[in-house]
Amino acid sequence: MGIVSPGFQGRPRTQEPALPPGQYLTEDFPVLSAGPTPRVSLDTWEFVIAAENGTEHRWSWQELMALPQETPMVDIHCVTHWSKLGTTWQGVSLDTLLDGVDTGAHFALAHSYGGYTTNLPLDDLRGGRAWVAHTFDGAPLAPEHGGPARLLVPHLYFWKSAKWVRGIRLKTMDEPGFWETAGYHDYGDPWREQRYQGD
Amino acid sequence: MTERAVATGTPARAPIRWQVGRLVERRVETPSAQTLVLEVPDWPGHLPGQHVDLRLTAPDGYQAARSYSVAGPVVDGPGGPRIEVTVQRVPDGEVSPYLIDVYGAGDPVEVRGPLGGWFIWRPEETAPVQLLAGGSGIVPLMAMIRARRETGSKVPFRLLYSVRTPDDVIYADELRRRVRDDFGLDVAYVYTREAPEGWRGEPHRIGLADVNTHGWPPDLEPLTYVCGPTGFVEAVADLLVGLGHPSRRVKTERFGPTG
Repeated sequence: MGIVSPGFQGRPRTQEPALPPGQYLTEDFPVLSAGPTPRVSLDTWEFVIAAENGTEHRWSWQELMALPQETPMVDIHCVTHWSKLGTTWQGVSLDTLLDGVDTGAHFALAHSYGGYTTNLPLDDLRGGRAWVAHTFDGAPLAPEHGGPARLLVPHLYFWKSAKWVRGIRLKTMDEPGFWETAGYHDYGDPWREQRYQGD
Repeated sequence: MTERAVATGTPARAPIRWQVGRLVERRVETPSAQTLVLEVPDWPGHLPGQHVDLRLTAPDGYQAARSYSVAGPVVDGPGGPRIEVTVQRVPDGEVSPYLIDVYGAGDPVEVRGPLGGWFIWRPEETAPVQLLAGGSGIVPLMAMIRARRETGSKVPFRLLYSVRTPDDVIYADELRRRVRDDFGLDVAYVYTREAPEGWRGEPHRIGLADVNTHGWPPDLEPLTYVCGPTGFVEAVADLLVGLGHPSRRVKTERFGPTG
């Protein structure tokens, strides 16, 4: 327990659901981005998984939409301390996308239209825990929230769920992404409060 | 962590620890914003634009943490280094009303920082700088303006500051003074609800003409920092890209209603 702040009570918390440490509940959907929102046309949109041996697997928008769709309902946790519970998405599981990819890599570097990158262990993209999501709350994902499509990896802090995702490079060695290079944690487990490097 | 270090050649960073700060001074900036001066004995220093996490603990152990931009350079006090944060009251917020109404001189607060290595301005930069602030988004940009003067930087700065009414201008007196004293600093305002007497034009949301008139042209390859509520940042960043500023030179930070 920290130092008690004289006179601080906080919100009533009798019915508070369990949140990761240091998080608070929001009904809004705040935005965290480092720069202008890229505008990506569906005509030219593509998603590419590049294996460590150089083999590339590509999907156009139409091809992505033709794959089996899932509708995960998940809690999301942002490193800026907000959490949002029971969000509804639609997208394609990374299990589906990785199915035909021959790889022995342990790491993944997601990259986005606009240049954003974020790193994750490849295992965290498997096992029904990660999607390329294009629909939020029944509507096409808005550009400021990462549309046309973003990565959705809700068991890690939300900066790992790369907005405007364009592809994933599979790697034998971990390579820090954009926020990870700027001091944020390489893994980012909200339940272990891995916000910053060294946590 | 080892793999990271091998892959990038950069050393793994030491954890940033929580430490206890105390309130030594409070300044009223506007009816809804106050600056808190915190004495933080082991403060390691920071760059303009970085933020801190402040954490409050209730008697039953419940904790709430929020991020606040550091408003200016470290000040040396008799009890150690001091940092300033400016807190905007969020109606029905959990943390900001406490910090403004209850938190008293000498009271402890847990502090963690400095945090954030992207939305920063380094005084050794030589490119002209344009700053676009919406409401309390002025805070990290003011840290840059203050650091520019303190480090003797001669880089030309332009600030375009969008506020609802003249009463909502944070650091109003200081900005007036700096426009006079800080050579190479220009400041312009956009009023969205109510303009001061004698101001030319109607209240309006920031638009292309404002950004074009009061910013730097892309040819000068300025560094651009945009900070404010999401709607403001989205609108301004789109305008900047439309004017020809490359996205990679436009850094943004959004302030949500985060209590």
